[in-house]
Amino acid sequence: MTGADSRSVVLARIRRALHGEGGGPPEGPAPARDYLPAHTAEDDPAALADLLAENLADYRALVHRCTADGLPGLVARLLTARGARTVLAPPGVPGDWLAAATAAGITRVPAPGALTARELDAVDSVLTGCALAIAETGTLVLDGSPDQGLRRFTLVPDHHICVVRLPEQVVASVPRALPRLDPARPQTWISGPSATSDIELDRVEGVHGPRTLEVVLLGGAAPPG
Amino acid sequence: MSGTFLGMPAFPRAAAESTGDARLRANLRHATRTIRDKRARAVAELPDWQRLRAAGAAVKDRTLRHLDHYLEQLERAVTEAGGTVHWAADAAEANRIVTGLVLATGEREAVKVKSMATQETGLNAALEKAGIRAYETDLAELIVQLGDDLPSHILVPAIHRNRGEIRDIFRERMGQWGRPAPDGLTDRPAELAEAARLHLREKFLRARVAISGANFMVAETGTLVVVESEGNGRMCLTLPETLISVVGIEKVVPTWQDLEIFLQLLPRSSTAERMNPYTSMWTGTTDGDGPRDFHLVLLDNGRTDALADAVGRQALRCIRCSACLNVCPVYERAGGHAYGSAYPGPIGAILTPQLRGVTSPLDASLPYASSLCGACYDVCPVAINIPEVLVHLRERVVEGGEVTVRGTRTRIRPARGHAAERAAMRAAGWAFGHPRLLRAGQRLAGRARRLQPRRLPLPGPGRAWSATRDLPPLPAEPFRDWWQRTRGDRQAPEGRADRADRAGPEEERERGESP
Repeated sequence: MTGADSRSVVLARIRRALHGEGGGPPEGPAPARDYLPAHTAEDDPAALADLLAENLADYRALVHRCTADGLPGLVARLLTARGARTVLAPPGVPGDWLAAATAAGITRVPAPGALTARELDAVDSVLTGCALAIAETGTLVLDGSPDQGLRRFTLVPDHHICVVRLPEQVVASVPRALPRLDPARPQTWISGPSATSDIELDRVEGVHGPRTLEVVLLGGAAPPG
Repeated sequence: MSGTFLGMPAFPRAAAESTGDARLRANLRHATRTIRDKRARAVAELPDWQRLRAAGAAVKDRTLRHLDHYLEQLERAVTEAGGTVHWAADAAEANRIVTGLVLATGEREAVKVKSMATQETGLNAALEKAGIRAYETDLAELIVQLGDDLPSHILVPAIHRNRGEIRDIFRERMGQWGRPAPDGLTDRPAELAEAARLHLREKFLRARVAISGANFMVAETGTLVVVESEGNGRMCLTLPETLISVVGIEKVVPTWQDLEIFLQLLPRSSTAERMNPYTSMWTGTTDGDGPRDFHLVLLDNGRTDALADAVGRQALRCIRCSACLNVCPVYERAGGHAYGSAYPGPIGAILTPQLRGVTSPLDASLPYASSLCGACYDVCPVAINIPEVLVHLRERVVEGGEVTVRGTRTRIRPARGHAAERAAMRAAGWAFGHPRLLRAGQRLAGRARRLQPRRLPLPGPGRAWSATRDLPPLPAEPFRDWWQRTRGDRQAPEGRADRADRAGPEEERERGESP
């Protein structure tokens, strides 16, 4: 049996199985969507940002807040604290985000798109933006836009710093996120650093993806202190 | 994978052995109870859980009723986005397609994301025969592969192993498959995870072919979704040049928006998280990002047979969360291996006999691997009424009847070994259809209850049932007599109520019912 034959075999089996009660395009109304569009108040951006921070931290992401002016200094401090010597930033990441870090002697990797997986493995840290963040679930969504780059950039290096712009990049819930995303773009949804529950169903952070995930909430209300 | 489920004994025999394994039972008790409470808390965070659950069931049911339409739509969308779609009527064909695709790349090894579909088809063994080495990269699958073992849980295939056993497997076996375990490896879960990271990183960085499954396929956009925790999925889905995804045809959902239901239901039900650490979504191929070649293998392998059964079909809603395993008292005691299939636990007990049929003794025994307590139905995020399907499949085993086997309608004969059950059920049906005789028999039994043995000494095959069950004590008075006398009032003294008044309507009703 060849693949082409099997296509008609499988489709014929389905039509026979559904004989008299379905098959073909659906008619009538789609099922009701009477579940909630969100589980939290959506009219208070500060509260949404707090919820995002809380849920990110709950899954062991390290959360920082700063204003646009404070961002270069914060990024430099985070990289220095890790002892990073090289940082990958996709081409769309504004140069000033890394101004203080490069001044401190940390090298921004040139032409990251040309790096092999092995070369990426030697990069210390990666700095990106995001497409949006989901407060209720503590999720960052990356969609390959110029400030996020290729999927492997945020996968192979062991340290990921992700900048979320408040308030416009934060949505309350999964139902609020999907309409803002383009399915044609490859996406990675990230909720905390990599983890596993495979040993006795107990969660342990840190397997193959970046073991340290730092999230910078940029803008919004002035940071405390 | 060198293990195989072929030729395994029927559930009662396998379970009789596994329930005697104290360490296995302790491992399972610990793991399932840990996750049970966490799941309940994660679900309680969403006040609309029952509505999400109903929507999930409704979307899946509607998709199944128009499965031909959605699969063709999916095929078009994937093809337009640069992917290639293959159709596999059965496991052997799926394995043949994948083997051919790997060989065509010139590679002789592949990295694998945990995939139930390829467990079901026995892909790793088929690849091995063709000289291709498949490396499992999910931590639990790695433990199973290194330990030359079989998976025993949908989410955590190595749930039957505790941390000490995992350390021993890593120490002894990692070196034979690649980078050995670090010296002085302890049984701390964080250290074990680190050992897996080091062992597998080498394989990810050189891999040119990856094999995956998928949790969802979106018909309107051609998008595939893989939900995971460790990042091994991301490694396999983005680093190699060729990606082959083997996916059951029931995994299709109609729209992008439908993901909002399932991405809320699945993580909370499976790992009890608000969201799993990583979810990858891809649509065909993208220039410069991820694999250059993407192949989707759509797998039937018995799914259309299940679809032909209007009651059993609901098993195809399953999103493989494993919540039903974690709450099941039978699974907790017997373990996953006793189910003799890639799909253990309550969902396996209804899925396996539909995918494979009920002709083998093992598959015919699976619908009985349950106490029908219903905990599985309560936790199922897509509201599969597992007890209903179990009873339905028991009827099929005992009575035989019309089923669809590989697309052809056929009649199967009643299974051997259930003759006594059929006779007992027929007798019970007759007695319940004749209430007066039933009452007379119950009264007689009540009076003779001093003579009741502790167990029913059934001869022959009936002994298998009676030897493991104590008879419930016979009451002094049948329930119906007690009810008529007291109307449920526990305080009512014997003989207080007017006998003629009570008996009247009951006798009338009985006359009305009797032929």
